[in-house]
Amino acid sequence: MNIIYTDVLVVGGGLAGLRAAIGARRRGFEAVILSLVPPKRSHSAAAQGGMQASLGNAIKGEGDNEDVHFEDTVRGSDWGADQQVVRMFVNTAPKAVRELAAWGVPWNRVQRGDREVVINGQRVTITEKDAAHGLITARDFGGTKKWRTCYTSDGTGHAMLFAMSDQAIANSIPVHERTEAIALIHDGGRCFGAIVRNLVSGELVAYLARATVIATGGFGRVYRVTTNAVINEGMGAAIALETGVAALGNMEAVQFHPTGIFPAGILVTEGCRGDGGLLLDGDRHRFMPDYEPEKKELASRDVVSRRMEQHIRAGKGAKGRFGEHVWLDITILGRAHVEKNLREVKDICNYFLGVDPAVDLVPVRPAQHYSMGGVRTNHTGQSQTLKGLFACGEAACWDMHGFNRLGGNSVAETVVAGMIVGEFVADFCASPESDITISTGLVREFWERENARIDALINSTGTEDANVIKMRMQDLMTSNVGIFRTGDALKAAVDELQELLIKSRNIGLRYKVKASNPELVTAYRVQKMLKLALCVAYGALQRTESRGAHFREDYPQRNDRDWLKRTLATWPGEMDTLPTLNYEDLDILNMELPPGWRGYGAKDYIDHPDTAARQAQIEEIKNSLATADRFAIQNALMRFEHLLPERFQGRNERLGEILS
Amino acid sequence: MSEAGATQHRQLKISILRYNPQDPNSEPHMQTFPLEEADGMTLFIALNEIREKQDASLQFDFVCRAGICGSCGMLINGRPGLACRTLTMHLGEEITLAPLPVFELIGDLSVNTGKWMRAMSERLETWIHTNEAVDLRKMEERMEPQLAEEIYELDRCIECGCCVAACGTARMREDFVGAVGINKIARFKIDPRDKRTDEDFYELVGDDDGVFGCMSLLGCHDVCPKELPLQTQIAFVRRKMVRMGMK
Repeated sequence: MNIIYTDVLVVGGGLAGLRAAIGARRRGFEAVILSLVPPKRSHSAAAQGGMQASLGNAIKGEGDNEDVHFEDTVRGSDWGADQQVVRMFVNTAPKAVRELAAWGVPWNRVQRGDREVVINGQRVTITEKDAAHGLITARDFGGTKKWRTCYTSDGTGHAMLFAMSDQAIANSIPVHERTEAIALIHDGGRCFGAIVRNLVSGELVAYLARATVIATGGFGRVYRVTTNAVINEGMGAAIALETGVAALGNMEAVQFHPTGIFPAGILVTEGCRGDGGLLLDGDRHRFMPDYEPEKKELASRDVVSRRMEQHIRAGKGAKGRFGEHVWLDITILGRAHVEKNLREVKDICNYFLGVDPAVDLVPVRPAQHYSMGGVRTNHTGQSQTLKGLFACGEAACWDMHGFNRLGGNSVAETVVAGMIVGEFVADFCASPESDITISTGLVREFWERENARIDALINSTGTEDANVIKMRMQDLMTSNVGIFRTGDALKAAVDELQELLIKSRNIGLRYKVKASNPELVTAYRVQKMLKLALCVAYGALQRTESRGAHFREDYPQRNDRDWLKRTLATWPGEMDTLPTLNYEDLDILNMELPPGWRGYGAKDYIDHPDTAARQAQIEEIKNSLATADRFAIQNALMRFEHLLPERFQGRNERLGEILS
Repeated sequence: MSEAGATQHRQLKISILRYNPQDPNSEPHMQTFPLEEADGMTLFIALNEIREKQDASLQFDFVCRAGICGSCGMLINGRPGLACRTLTMHLGEEITLAPLPVFELIGDLSVNTGKWMRAMSERLETWIHTNEAVDLRKMEERMEPQLAEEIYELDRCIECGCCVAACGTARMREDFVGAVGINKIARFKIDPRDKRTDEDFYELVGDDDGVFGCMSLLGCHDVCPKELPLQTQIAFVRRKMVRMGMK
């Protein structure tokens, strides 16, 4: 058994993991990153449209600030988010964009003077300010009051990931590519690293670390129709769940993106609609204003996806060879715009559909896109139940997205969370709490257990086919645990997923070697993926309300009275076939923005008794501070700045808010 | 996708160069898999179907399957390209697949571009070099919008390795930085945030393993999946480096 020692073991080489490692490294700690693939191939690269940060440079972003970004994010979350974490996030996002600018990201910039844009289907001229010339510009995105999404054409995630990855190289941080953490090493409520499998040689190595950071992204591949990369199988969340100690939060909160190209499910960015693109039905009618007069195509993703499916159900979809869909129309933007600002979209349409989006309509239908749920942590990114285990980015639930994430808030979160959690990881490593007190004997037990599991799969005489089980799971999740959910369908999914989990213990392989064996990988991963799928389906079955992306047709109202709470899933027994669910209340009396109407979507919801009381308190505080500035009012409503690492405290300068 | 394709699918013959260096008994050989074409089939779909139904040991790399991550570079009928976005309908019934040359072989169609690219990045120091400390609370440095777009144009490289696989020099010189490396130098050279001088860049690429190793065959330019202006960038860097070398 080989053991590798480090201070910080980061599992996942995307934006969140890289930034957390850089943060710890800069504080003098050693970090090692594990990555399934070369880090520049991570799914962060697929973020196209941009990153939200309230710089307020573009004319349509004028007046933007942390307060507006905060409100948009909380409304987007349908009040499921932790509002203090949202405040930490919106205050750090401008710093993250500016750090990335210094690291070389070629953010698109404001060009002074007149320019033509498309707003609500009309070509209009807007005039950018002289004073903003050359500062970072922004585009419109769904669910936002201001144009806030900073971008580099439609390759934002790519540009960010390359700059970040090169910073990791500049900081001499080793990345162990083509390795996979298959189990966490833990004892007495403390995590000490992971058992790691080399995907090429098949060798298992124990990595011991003071702090272990899960940054493995989402688990979209438990669905058949998903925009996610094939590596997004949620293994980081799964190994945390398998400790039986760490909890996963809000796993039923799964986002469906409105514009996956049909039928492949490949994403085309929300920037298409942000820049003025429209959704048309089978009759070429623009239907979104009929449902959502306020925000139209730019309501939040959960709302737009539901309206699209609702419209298709009403028989208004376009009918194609592969089934029904609606159309995305960006022809109105003109060829020059498409070829400059939506060039990945153009490539994707060209290569996968054979259409030219500058002149043709693009067939689209919602596809699974984002996992709001993940490893439950506090605001420092540390698990509340397994010390030394941290998580950040999509893999985590700290919880800034609640039940629906806004477009542009995920790449922003990856970097912001990496910055913040990286600092707290370093603080942890600097404290005696982080001493590695586990015996090598116990480490060996973990190593031997995992080695025996792999051997058992290779030598198994089982008759189940790993690929067949995986495909059935994906079909079930897409058909029964999708955009519209009902008790009956969810119950059927939970029952069958349990059967699949039991079957997965009887997988037999056709190819029985340890090294470089893709079938073996599918086999051990599907056992873990089924547990995640069960957390999603069972959590959705139990949550008898509709909130954000979780929509129950049999319980269509948001129910703050009974369900303003976060789901916590654990898996205490290895042979269990269901997660154990617990719930964590959200306290309205500490909220800066108590629950209300989101400004789009359904208007009827069941109030919590505390909402009116908190609303009255807030009015009183605001009245008593009528002459104070926005910072003082905010601070009186809900303190947050003391929660941030010192390095990232402080205000953000803007054209209208110059810092001395 | 023609309407005829809905009813009558072609029978494809996909020949793959197989070799697993992890297995001492493995010898390089071609293996042909028959496969019924489907509507809209890409090589991503085809290879996965072969692995699921015919040969569980087949190795290849896909990540985004959308043409943006650069994982799936391989020789498709002898030409480097991204497999995920290659539709079988654009190919004949007989398709030949082989791993990208130059890179270390992991197995079958999987090669270690990650290791090669990291070494290139370390050698050329592909990051912004500056001593200026940035106060993150303050407004960002301004940049001309046009310049930001020009940098992005070169920043679009996905390090897929196709240019290296198509390069005559890379076959002969193990340490040649390839078009990918020269393009990076061009990208940082035009970025005013990077304070390196032409002298610094000359140290990095002013020799036969750098820009002077290029024989101007420009296979790189022809195969780049992102259609980067590699020909222009190589000429640009060479011109600057010649001037530097003559000083």
